Amino acid sequence: MAEIQQNSGGGGKGGKKRAKKMSTRIDMTPMVDLAFLLLTFFILTASFNKPNVMQLTMPVKEKDNKDPTEIKSSDAFTIVMSENDKLYYYEGLLAEDVKPELKVSDYSADGIRKVLLARQRQNPKTVVLIKPDDKSNYKNMVDILDEMNITNQSKYALVDVSKADLEFIKNSGL
Amino acid sequence: MVDLAFLLVTFFMLTTKFAAEEVVVVDTPSSTSEIQLPESNVIRLLIDKDKHVFFGFESDKAKPLLLDKIGAKYGVSFTEKQKKAFGNVSTFGVPVQQLGALLDMTTEQRKKVNQGGIPIDSLNNQIIDWVMEARKANLEAISKPTFIAIKGDGDADVATVKKVIQILQDKNINRFNLITDLENKPVVSR
Repeated sequence: MAEIQQNSGGGGKGGKKRAKKMSTRIDMTPMVDLAFLLLTFFILTASFNKPNVMQLTMPVKEKDNKDPTEIKSSDAFTIVMSENDKLYYYEGLLAEDVKPELKVSDYSADGIRKVLLARQRQNPKTVVLIKPDDKSNYKNMVDILDEMNITNQSKYALVDVSKADLEFIKNSGL
Repeated sequence: MVDLAFLLVTFFMLTTKFAAEEVVVVDTPSSTSEIQLPESNVIRLLIDKDKHVFFGFESDKAKPLLLDKIGAKYGVSFTEKQKKAFGNVSTFGVPVQQLGALLDMTTEQRKKVNQGGIPIDSLNNQIIDWVMEARKANLEAISKPTFIAIKGDGDADVATVKKVIQILQDKNINRFNLITDLENKPVVSR
């Protein structure tokens, strides 16, 4: 960037010492560099500080909710989120006499996502019941809600985990 | 061109609002959602990994009103100076009774204080009052509805998050925005 200062010609010998004639133009390159740097910085920060959000709409709570929405056992698909990024899932609903097959999975792309997609192919009317255990963390909750978005699962609900579910998992030994 | 560059620099410098510093470090999990949080009228509920809940609300007009309302509700009065300081506090996490003392501090001192979160027990549930009053204050001041954004730490436990959601649902607030980082949406083959 630095310009080579031209040696004022004919300085050599003798002659009066004349004030060097200064150019009226100043080198603006560094200033312009800085200006563009600032410009880039502000443009980037302006658009990047807006956080992204995931929308979550919970059902309206009714005061005298005696019989909550029933779903068919054949449509139900339950995911129980557990500690250490583990999750359990089973098809259908848990009942006294019916014990569905319990399986273990995780939040990776090959984990619950594949299972959900397979399930959707089988039964497009699937309703996913998400039961976050108190031992799971918030990241798991966001992950599983995100899986719903990724797999285009339109019907899902956040449900409290029941005692029966916990017993069922405990007894399964998985 | 250089003139234009300077013009733009000035413009961006004046319009950029730096993200306000928050009282706690909240490391949000990531999701593929691309919806952006609205810029104003947002009530933020921060949940850190120690199960503490913090309240954040930014509005020049509604904030003094909010403090008045809360003060009246809890029988705490705030001085003019404290009200002014409250305008600069973007998020906080202390019970109302200690808020006055917090506001008396300088910004530097405030950063050092370990704020223990706003009580959310059923006996002393202050967070719901903050949310409800903030909604009312915003409606009165600029007559705009507010959005509820929940910013939880990835390690926060679900129980606390669920509790906060439950508390809000009891007051018929059913729409939430969970603040997340952006990650790329994977291609899903069907």
